[in-house]
Amino acid sequence: MATNKFTKETYLNWYEQMLLMRRFEEKAAQLYGQQKIKGFCHLYIGQEAVVAGTMSALKKEDRLITAYRDHAHALACGISAKEVMAELYGKVTGCSKGKGGSMHMFSKEHNFFGGHGIVGGQIPLGAGIAFADQYRGGDQVTVCYFGDGAARQGALHETFNMAMLWKLPVIFVIENNGYAMGTSVERTTNVMEMYKIGESYEMPSFAVDGMQPETVHEAMAEAAKRARANEGPTLLEIRTYRYRGHSMSDPAKYRTKEEVEEYKKKDPLEMVKATLLSKKMASEADLETLEEKIMATINEAVEFSENSPFPDPSALYEDIYAEPNYPFIKE
Amino acid sequence: MRSIQFREALKEALNEEMRRDPDVFLMGEEVAEYNGAYKVSQGMLEEFGPKRIIDTPIAELGFAGIGVGAAMNGLRPVIEFMTFNFSLVAIDQVINAAAKMYQMSGGQFNIPMVFRGPTGSAGQLGAQHSQAFENWYANCPGLKVVVPSNPYDAKGLLKTAIRDNDPVIFMESEQMYGDKGEVPEEEYLIPIGVADIKRAGTDVTIVSFGKIMKVALATAEALANEGISCEVIDLRTVRPIDYDTVINSVKKTNRLVVVEEAWPLASISSEIAYMVQKVAFDHLDAPIRRVNTQDTPLGYAPTFVQEFLPNVERVSKAVKDVLYR
Ligand SMILES: Cc1ncc(C[n+]2csc(CCOP(=O)(O)OP(=O)(O)O)c2C)c(N)n1
Ligand SMILES: [Mg+2]
Repeated sequence: MATNKFTKETYLNWYEQMLLMRRFEEKAAQLYGQQKIKGFCHLYIGQEAVVAGTMSALKKEDRLITAYRDHAHALACGISAKEVMAELYGKVTGCSKGKGGSMHMFSKEHNFFGGHGIVGGQIPLGAGIAFADQYRGGDQVTVCYFGDGAARQGALHETFNMAMLWKLPVIFVIENNGYAMGTSVERTTNVMEMYKIGESYEMPSFAVDGMQPETVHEAMAEAAKRARANEGPTLLEIRTYRYRGHSMSDPAKYRTKEEVEEYKKKDPLEMVKATLLSKKMASEADLETLEEKIMATINEAVEFSENSPFPDPSALYEDIYAEPNYPFIKE
Repeated sequence: MRSIQFREALKEALNEEMRRDPDVFLMGEEVAEYNGAYKVSQGMLEEFGPKRIIDTPIAELGFAGIGVGAAMNGLRPVIEFMTFNFSLVAIDQVINAAAKMYQMSGGQFNIPMVFRGPTGSAGQLGAQHSQAFENWYANCPGLKVVVPSNPYDAKGLLKTAIRDNDPVIFMESEQMYGDKGEVPEEEYLIPIGVADIKRAGTDVTIVSFGKIMKVALATAEALANEGISCEVIDLRTVRPIDYDTVINSVKKTNRLVVVEEAWPLASISSEIAYMVQKVAFDHLDAPIRRVNTQDTPLGYAPTFVQEFLPNVERVSKAVKDVLYR
């Protein structure tokens, strides 16, 4: 990878973004252990370059949609760490008012169309978001993320066909982290090269190294260019790895320690750090300062969440219908 | 008698039926190598091998339909949904294929299969993971719907469901899998469609089923201290419903409260209330009351979970209301 293609600012931005994601998730894990965060909680540790490389290639008005493993996507879209953390706490100050929790971060303001809990459910939704932009003659692109496991849902095939037929401005991203819960990709398919799924619809489809933001950025920039030129969708199979279990309750016994260690050797954060230092784009001291800044942001987010109230129980009846005064059945 | 967990009772039922009948197989996500997302199928891959304990991709519509097709061609599939929230992806095959096949084919193709997995809420899991569809499935002719509340019933009913020649929806709960209860070593079967009086009483009848039976029984216990005698009926099956057991109890107590983890509109509780008022109107000393979930999806925050579900306080209030106390 030719590192001189990207500026110092880009590298620093990637590093800061990924460091925020990493430290945020580490804190979330700790808070989950303390039962401050409940329910299902899926961490993004190891996969940071996928989102970081996406964001640097997109415009602010582009749209994102993903599954339940959504904390990093939410942060990268510009939702504050405070609001994401408060959502994990189930507090009324969270980005979904405490109604969504870990799996359902949303922000209309930041063009983040949410974290979705039914595997693959967001695949047609992503195409629909792009449909609306095309309909209005907008210039926006939608990036629709889903896992290697989600690629097994029938909805993918219906959606890919229509997205190609109508040349929708959508980029489908398989975040291939090798596993769907305890099931490895090879145990679910004959077609190990997952990007080939798109080829049966003649969709431009590529495999991308997801352990470095550079490769992700380049593939994403190309795909976005195609979408904006009315050339329709792209499928990117971005190959990455999650260091932690599927969720906080998964001990991940289905894979070897060696496998995890192998990936940690090409840790995206460490790689970008090495580039920053070797190219003299930053000094150790600069990065130390950045680390402190990120930790301060996270501590502030925790304090904010601790001090925020839970939603009032009566809010259960709010935000169900856009229509005010809907006649619910009450006891 | 020995005491075992709910999940172990289910596993024993599966193991015994699979040993008995080579046409029975178990298929679903993470059922084999991971030993089940909730460890119901622990050790089964080892005993029966990958031919009969089958891991699938996350493709509910596909494997539900593959199950129905296999049943048409003589096998007896047990299809596991990781939770019934995800069965919605597959519901076309359940309603349009499994439930209709016998009639459409003029009685040629019956569908001897079980769809099973956990139903209902399980804490702070948010709106898409906290739904109870017992009444949705129960609404559909052609299906049977079983919702056990303890390990003993779970084992006996699952064995019957697997032997049943029609499609059975068998609904468990993430919050019951660890519950312990007495289960005999000897084989036994429990018929589908027969309710069980879990606690005898004289002042009021409480009807419930599944996980929320815990709330019904806890309420009866609490009210006993206040001198109120509740008869608690566990429906165990919501299609068909054992109306007779309910009506005979109401004829004795003259008062009825139905407790259910489901949205109120067109629920099992509204069905029970209809039938009881139709058949036993003259025996009622008070309007029938029901305690359902709130009429909303369940949001994530703990304050919502607390507000949403039937609890002892809400059920006690309903019981006292029908007793005019
Ligand atoms: C339709 C549906 N089936 C099953 C599940 C349970 N489930 C949640 S996540 C998951 C694994 C998904 O793996 P993948 O798509 O690879 O995403 P990853 O978790 O690796 O990010 C499963 C089976 C679900 N949420 N929805
Ligand atoms: Mg995966």
